[in-house]
Formats: sequence, C-alpha cells, structure tokens
Amino acid sequence: MTRPTVLVLLDSPARSVEEVRPAVLELITLGRTLGRVDVVTLGAPSVEVLATLGAYGVELVHQAQLPTSVPEQSYRLTSVLASVLTTAVRRNDADVLLVPSSFAGKEAAAVTAARLGAGLVVDAASLSWGGDGAAPLRIGKRVFGGTWDTVSTVASDPAVVTIRANAVVAEPAEVATSATVEPLPVEVHAPQVTVVERTLKARTIGRPTLEEAAVVVAGGRGTNGDFGPVNELAEALGAAVGATRDVVFEGWFDRYIGQTGVTVAPRLYVGAGISGAPHHRGGMQASQVVVAVNNDPEAPIFEISDFAVVGDLADVLPQAAAVIRAHKESQQAG
Amino acid sequence: MRIVVLLKYVPDITSDRRFEDGRVVRDPAVGSLNELDENAVEAALQLIEAQPEGEHEVVAVTVAPATADIAVRKAYQMGVQRGIRVTDDALAGSDYFGTTAALAAAVRRLGDEQPVDLVITGMAALDGLGSVVPALLAEELGWPQLTLAKTVALDDGALTITREADDAYETLSAPLPAVLSVTDTANSPRYPNFKLIMAARSKAVEEWSAADLGLDPADVGIAAARTVTVEAAPRPPRPELQLVVDKGEGGTALAEFLIRNDLV
Ligand SMILES: Cc1cc2nc3c(=O)[nH]c(=O)nc-3n(C[C@H](O)[C@H](O)[C@H](O)COP(=O)(O)OP(=O)(O)OC[C@H]3O[C@@H](n4cnc5c(N)ncnc54)[C@H](O)[C@@H]3O)c2cc1C
Repeated sequence: MTRPTVLVLLDSPARSVEEVRPAVLELITLGRTLGRVDVVTLGAPSVEVLATLGAYGVELVHQAQLPTSVPEQSYRLTSVLASVLTTAVRRNDADVLLVPSSFAGKEAAAVTAARLGAGLVVDAASLSWGGDGAAPLRIGKRVFGGTWDTVSTVASDPAVVTIRANAVVAEPAEVATSATVEPLPVEVHAPQVTVVERTLKARTIGRPTLEEAAVVVAGGRGTNGDFGPVNELAEALGAAVGATRDVVFEGWFDRYIGQTGVTVAPRLYVGAGISGAPHHRGGMQASQVVVAVNNDPEAPIFEISDFAVVGDLADVLPQAAAVIRAHKESQQAG
Repeated sequence: MRIVVLLKYVPDITSDRRFEDGRVVRDPAVGSLNELDENAVEAALQLIEAQPEGEHEVVAVTVAPATADIAVRKAYQMGVQRGIRVTDDALAGSDYFGTTAALAAAVRRLGDEQPVDLVITGMAALDGLGSVVPALLAEELGWPQLTLAKTVALDDGALTITREADDAYETLSAPLPAVLSVTDTANSPRYPNFKLIMAARSKAVEEWSAADLGLDPADVGIAAARTVTVEAAPRPPRPELQLVVDKGEGGTALAEFLIRNDLV
C-alpha cells in the first residue's frame, strides 16, 4: 500500500470554524499514526485554526462548497454531512475516514459508509494497521459497558470509524506543516428535513464539554439537589460536570451520563452521591480512573472504583477541593 | 394511519455477556424488550390515539431468533395490534447494514400490503448502543429521518420534533413517510393493560423468512458483514479498591490520591 490517506472531519458547530476541538485534535493525532492526514470541513477555517492544523501536521483542508439551495441551518443534517463526507472520501481516494463519536457524527459516518459500501465501526478507541503495517485496519473498542475489549478488522477500502473522545492524548506533529484550503464542490439535493430552529448550547467558558473532558465530576441523588460541592470540586480540577438521569429528571442539573445520556471516557471520573446503577455505569465504565464518594459502604459503584471515600459528599468534596487548590497554588508559586 | 415500530430483544444488561469465536454469546433466558423501544411503542400508540376515529394500526417488527417473542409479546401487552418476527439462519451475524437491509425489506413488504406512514424506533439498543440503524434505515428507504426526538408532534402530514443534539437544541420537521427515533425522555411508557395481557397470551407472532422478504443471502448475515471481530478479551481487572472511611480526613485523602497519581 502506498502511504495511506486518512480523512478527518473537522467538526464545528457553526459556519465558520474558530477553534479545533480537542476531539478533532485527538483524531488527527491518531490519524498520523496511520498515514497522511487531510481534514474536511463545512466551514471556513480561521487563520488560527489553519495554524493549529499545521502544527498537527495537516497540509490540506477540503472546504465543502454546498449549493445555495441548502441553507446553512441544514449543514449538520445527516444527509448533508454524509454527502460532504462521501464526496471528500471519493475525491481524495481516502483509505480511512475518522469522525468524532457524537450522535450527529455517528449517523453521518454510518450513512457515508452505506453510500460507499464501506465497513463501519462506531465508538472505537484505537486504530492500527496489521502486523506488517498493511491493511486490514485493526480497530479496538471497549464493549459491554466497558467490561470487554475487542479488536475488529475492516477489510473494505475505505474504512469508516467514529472515535470516542479521550481515546488518545492529542499531540502536535514532530514537524509542523502549513495547511492550505482547497474548495470541495459537493452535490447535494435539498434535504427532506427542514431545520425550523437551531440554537447552540452555551458553553461554560474555560470548562471542557462533558463529552470531551479529560476529568469529569458527576453528582447523583445523594446531592439532594445541591450541586455546590460538585461544582466546587469540578472547578478545582478544571473538570466538566455531569449527573445521573434521576438528577436530570428531578430538574437539579441538565446533562446526564449513561447509556441513554452522554458517554464519557475521561482520565478521571469522580462520582459523588451516585449508586452506580447499570444504566449509569454503561456510560462511564471506560473511564481510566474511577473515584467515588458515597455514604453507603455497600454502594455498587465501589465495585468499579479505584479509590472511594465512605462519607457525606457535602463534607468530602469541599475538603478535597481546598487541598487541591492549595496544591495548585503551591506548585505555581514554586 | 399505519405505524411500524421496530423492536429489539436484548440481554439483561446485568447478565453475563461474552465472546466466543468472535461472536457474542448471550444467555437467552435473561433478556427482554429493549427498554428504550418501549418509548417507541408508546410514541406510536400516542400518535394513533390522537388520530380521528378510523382504520389505524401499529405493527411491531423485530429481526431476531424465536426467543425475541418475549419482546413482541410485551409490545402486544402495551397495545400493538400485529407482531412480526423476521427469523432466518441467513441473518445470523448481520452487521448494521445487514440488519438494516432486513428491516427495510420488512417495511417495504408491509408497505406493499398497505402504505406505511411512519417507522418509529428507540434511540439505541441497550446492548450495542450504536444508535445508527435509524439513520441507515431512512437512507435505505429514501425517507427523511427525525432522530433522537424529545417531543413529537404530527400536524397536517408533517412531523415536527424537538431534540437536544450534541451541541445544539433543534426543532426539525419533515413530511411523512419518515423514520423517527425517540429518546427515553420523550414519554413514559404505559404499564401493560390487564385485558391486553390476557389477550397477548394467545396472540401469535407472524414469522417471515429472508426469502419471504426477497432478501439475497449474500446481502445479509455473516456473509455480508463488513467488519469481523478478530480478538475479544475481558478487560483486565482494576487494581484493588482503596477504600477510606471519612472520619474528618476523607476529602484530604481523596485529594492526596489524585495528586499522587498525577490526576490534578
Ligand atoms: C431505560 C433506562 C435508561 C436509563 N439510563 C440512565 C442513564 O443513561 N444514566 C443514568 O445515570 N441513569 C439512567 N437510568 C436510571 C438508573 O437506572 C438509576 O436509576 C440512576 O442512575 C440512579 O441515579 P443515582 O445514582 O443518582 O441515584 P440513587 O440510585 O438513588 O443513588 C444515590 C446514592 O447517593 C448516596 N447518597 C445519599 N446521600 C448521600 C450523601 N449525603 N453523601 C454521599 N452519598 C450519598 C446513596 O447512598 C446512593 O448510593 C436509566 C433507567 C432506565 C429505566
């Protein structure tokens, strides 16, 4: 095989791309281990974005040119995104297509694979070529709520894969390049779905999103509705905050982790006042280190924890936060 | 109005699942209707109940071995009129695309009898959690897809949903026929009704084969799978739990654990 080409979707919530999300940088880092990495985007990248892409070794950015009959609101519809991805893979003759594992990313990747007749693996965690550096692509994935590790091969060229956030640590390339933008004309029919309204979610400034965060602090029913201690620890750790479904149904918080909520696989997950029901575990069990705080010594979450405190979260979390803040300050001073 | 609800029979999530020779092995005794498909059944029943009197039908379809009748029966108990199980050795080992081909063929065959207005699915199956079959099915049928709905409204032949997509709140609308998937926040599934429970006991589940659907065995099952599981192993056990009982120093111990392990 000549040097393989890997195509990465530069996922952006808006028409113009103002930042490269951590998940995309992770995909580019992973892609570099397989071959040359190009990115495809629906928006116009800013100068800063091009500089970042260059630092990560990307030379070519394919910017989709969509017909004016497709309103900007509709750019994230599966049918539109899939047309962009399919066109980019064909025009580039890409061997691997990598897409972040968001719901929109998974649907678009699946439809793209269907149109290309390609094999699809979703929510993968690792990628490598076979023993002698050749196809088929070997794709690692954690299944059954994080209790089994599997490797699948995709024999088709291209292979379409969605990758979980935090699967690898993003690292710039050894040799930086300069990234140039090339227009990618895309033919797409007017979508059958109308986007009546689309409002971007507010992001907490300086805090990572739950999906992408390397550290997550989650609160359960044991908070009794007071997320103060959870927020305090999250702030000290620079972590994203999550919850259980029961908490969201109570109206105490707005986003939950679990099989039907957000799937997280951070370096560190701290669960406070969370029992560890199977539905919740399914969305966090792949976390590298699990820490739990629960006043019930029999809490099931302890079964999958590395470190746990039996105690009241209202006492334990603020104390931990204070020690961490003091530690950070002493490090900065030193 | 005629709605097809897609059901999946899934193993209990607390039961042991394992791989043997690259295939998933599950204990057939401990399984049930995928809980998230109950939301799909509920959504279908509510849409029908909101229609003016007339000829309406909710048909449940599953692609599975005979054990899946438990799942169809649960749908009968909730009020679904007709249940179909597509079962064929040729379908074993199907990947997303093979499964979608079989489901699409079943929807087409039902449509040949009498038009289908809507296909409804749950947002994911709790065993695999791929969440891509609804989108693939819409693509295969050439119908619009409205996935991950939190609210559903039908007005003048157009379906409008609201949803919380990854980074945005959206309101989407599309004409029928369409493929809809609903989240577990879309509704609260009703409890089986006693009369229907009794009736469900004697209700048969129709069985269709791959040939009945005109499926080419080369397009489905293990023969057509585009990915192969070549390795599977239980995750290495976690190091032993370090448990601290808080006697006033629990938070400090927690912080020290994080600092020691370079997690701060
Ligand atoms: C179809 C379906 C899908 C679901 N999907 C999800 C999902 O995706 N995500 C999800 O999270 N759930 C999901 N659930 C719900 C899930 O089954 C559990 O009900 C839920 O996770 C429990 O939340 P919890 O741990 O906050 O509450 P509980 O189970 O009530 O646990 C609260 C814990 O807090 C402890 N506690 C109480 N007070 C304190 C205190 N002061 N200090 C410390 N600890 C304290 C208690 O000992 C207890 O262990 C789903 C359920 C269904 C049926």
